Amino acid sequence: MNIVVVGHVDHGKSTVVGRLLADTHTLPEGKLEAVRLECQRTGKPFEYAFLLDALSDEQDQGITIDTARAFFKTPQRDYIIIDAPGHIEFLKNMISGAARAEAAVLVIDAKEGVRENSRRHGYILSLLGIRQVVVCVNKMDLVDRREDHFRRLEKEYREFLNDIGAAEPRQFIPVSAIHGENLADRGAQMLWYKGPTLLESLDAFEKAPPTSERPFRLPVQAIYKFASRGDDRRLIAGRVESGRVRVGDKVVFSPSNKTSTIKSIEAFNAAPRTDIEAGWSTGFTLTEEIYVTRGEIMSHEAAPPQVSTRFRTNMIWLGKKPFEKGRDYKIKIHTQALPVRLLEIKKVIDASAALPPHVSRPLAEAASAPPASGALDKDRVGRHDVAEVVLETRQPVAFDDFAQGEATGRFVVVDGYDIAGGGIITGAEKDAQEDFRAEARLRDFNWIPGGVAAEERAKRFGHRPALVMFVGPAGSGKHKFARAVEKAFFQEGKAVYMLDGTNVLLGVDSDLIWKQSTQNELVRRFAEVAHLLLDAGLIVVSTTNAIGLADVAAVQALLPDFPLLVVEINAAPGPLSPSDARLTGLEGEADVVARVAELLALRHITAP
Amino acid sequence: MNTLDQLEQQSVYIFREAFRHFERLCMLWSVGKDSTVLLWLARKAFFGHVPFPLIHIDTSYKLPEMIAYRDRLAKEYGLTMIVGQNTEVLATGRTFPSTEKLPDGHPDKVSRVQCCGWLKRDALTHTLNGTWPRRRLNLKTGAYEPDADRGPYHGVIVGARADEEGSRSKERYFSPRDKNNAWDVGEQPPEFWNQFKTDFAPETHVRVHPLLDWTELRVWEYIKRESIPTVSLYYDRGNGTRYRSLGCAPCQAPIASTAKTVDDVIAELKSGKLRNIAERSGRLQDGKHGLEELRREGYM
Repeated sequence: MNIVVVGHVDHGKSTVVGRLLADTHTLPEGKLEAVRLECQRTGKPFEYAFLLDALSDEQDQGITIDTARAFFKTPQRDYIIIDAPGHIEFLKNMISGAARAEAAVLVIDAKEGVRENSRRHGYILSLLGIRQVVVCVNKMDLVDRREDHFRRLEKEYREFLNDIGAAEPRQFIPVSAIHGENLADRGAQMLWYKGPTLLESLDAFEKAPPTSERPFRLPVQAIYKFASRGDDRRLIAGRVESGRVRVGDKVVFSPSNKTSTIKSIEAFNAAPRTDIEAGWSTGFTLTEEIYVTRGEIMSHEAAPPQVSTRFRTNMIWLGKKPFEKGRDYKIKIHTQALPVRLLEIKKVIDASAALPPHVSRPLAEAASAPPASGALDKDRVGRHDVAEVVLETRQPVAFDDFAQGEATGRFVVVDGYDIAGGGIITGAEKDAQEDFRAEARLRDFNWIPGGVAAEERAKRFGHRPALVMFVGPAGSGKHKFARAVEKAFFQEGKAVYMLDGTNVLLGVDSDLIWKQSTQNELVRRFAEVAHLLLDAGLIVVSTTNAIGLADVAAVQALLPDFPLLVVEINAAPGPLSPSDARLTGLEGEADVVARVAELLALRHITAP
Repeated sequence: MNTLDQLEQQSVYIFREAFRHFERLCMLWSVGKDSTVLLWLARKAFFGHVPFPLIHIDTSYKLPEMIAYRDRLAKEYGLTMIVGQNTEVLATGRTFPSTEKLPDGHPDKVSRVQCCGWLKRDALTHTLNGTWPRRRLNLKTGAYEPDADRGPYHGVIVGARADEEGSRSKERYFSPRDKNNAWDVGEQPPEFWNQFKTDFAPETHVRVHPLLDWTELRVWEYIKRESIPTVSLYYDRGNGTRYRSLGCAPCQAPIASTAKTVDDVIAELKSGKLRNIAERSGRLQDGKHGLEELRREGYM
């Protein structure tokens, strides 16, 4: 079991761990003596923390810079103790340690009391979904081992956790790590404390229940076809994050809504198996070869994940630059990665705001923290802040609420090259395409396939289907370009069709009155017509005045299983456009044809 | 799932993430037990295939059995096997073994740590970034030939374990190195759950550590479970000694042990005399902070 030890800087985390290792005789022979001798040689007082703070900088400065892992064992089970740094500068290291843990020990200095990172680490444990926590009130020897002092601290910290809605700690334990009291051994000094020692509390932690009984989730990690050493299997690879699946099960992929059936479960140097459950990194072959990509979630049809572009989250920001509205970031959630923006800030929790007035805030933090008045900054989340925010992805993404599925309900945000934040999803937010997505799901799950598989069509035509939408004002040249692309592609032997929106209006839409209230229905019918053509394997090049840039998200929601390329003509300035290419309308037809061909190759619709 | 299953499955996940994110990916293979388990895990992850080159840094001081074993497995598994070496230092004799007899304080005398730095760290750095020539095993002829590919590798899979030594316990699964191959311990990226650092600036590279959570005992238990072939140097062959950790011949001491089989080694680790002795204690270059210094500058 992985246990993380957290708490404010200098409250004695490494000492707790070092002492625990020493008292349980886990240290290699001679290690303790070697560290004692080294301390004598350098004239430093011996500290148990030196057993863990292995880096020379750490020993020189007397602080833990990065998490260390110590392996340790009781008759009950194997432990990896993750010693996390308490200094604010190294918060990201603390998180890296805590994110690997199943349970936590939070250390509070009896003399200094509850400090900024005691609180912040409390938030973070809650944010990371760590529900099993014990609190060690350390350095009890410095407060004469007084029970009333201990109880006062316990009350204060319990109230704080209650306020933020975190899980109740299992136990508060008064300890003196330096004297080894109430860690592995009880000691003879604090007889008023009748509860378990730290070691007993660790052994009382429970292993998380297996997630095999939850709905089946497998985020697609890769599609492999090695085609070497006589192997021609096409394998859908990934880890079963929850539930189980059997050979012969019908499976669906979200967000594409594609369906197939498990043909076999594959592994190297393992006995063949007909079912597999949560925890296994595996690979499948499917009976119907379908085109799916990394980032989709495989599930059973009866319990698919949610799909949306908007969701509420609890997250922490670690970036040097604040998390701001109006900028593009990348979100990584299970195996999916796509552009994301900060849509709305609902709440920022500032752990340092609750400090007593006489304690001054470190400068670096004051600079990034919200305004001193406590007013909410509506546009940015600062470094080390915990916040409730709504995120919006550019394309729909499949996920679960964290409470329903941990691995598919948590994410990180990447700014440039760096992971700058992370958090958990607390719920989907309504977006305008919800109804269309529901319609598409119902349609696709019940779709009756013909005798020719999509892969066979793709092989015959030499490309996969895609919708290329020309959008822009009337008279900007959409029609001219769409025709040119159709003609050029046809001559190259592609299966292509120009879909002019006017033709849909004349027939399929003839019962609709031309007014704004019917816009949704116009979009729906246009997309459904396109859907049939795409199902036939065609590259569809559309041009229409009735359906513009504002409708692209709706069209995409109705065509989750087909790539959509948007070519915008006479584009308005500004970076917010969802289009894949922006033209002035003055380009030559051949240039536009080449540009579209390039986009298709980039998306692997045609061979490059 | 038992503990070995859990360790194996997490390693497989890390392998697949690495393969996905790094077009120029390679794996270091010292032919020791850890990196051989690593090789086995790669075959687990990729259904029997190893879809990236393996790099071996040949200091010329490895025991001949290690080299024979390396080439045998490379042919059997159909590996892309690349070897790199600091030929210049070897040609001029500026190594610890060839200057060992010189008196202390002699200007030409090379320390163990310096020797590691040149033969391992520098050879590795320049083999990875392509500035020194590489040799590639021709699987048909069994000969090593100059490698036409001189491109740098951006993702490097290595078999470091957190339990080996203090500074390794601070590693991430995905750990960036700057363009000089240096490790900035104080500025490591955060690692939330299984979301690793997979975006990197040009000229930097990332070390990937699928074995980080394994221990020496688990490595041996896995070797037994999967029947993974290992070099015979790990076992007592009649003289009452065996190697616990394999490096260069002049800088490693065998330990007194009569463990003749994988089972014996496991029994020895579990309950025998080795329980409280550090694994690398036979590796003479480590010393105080010796390994940390080497690692910051790019050592494995």
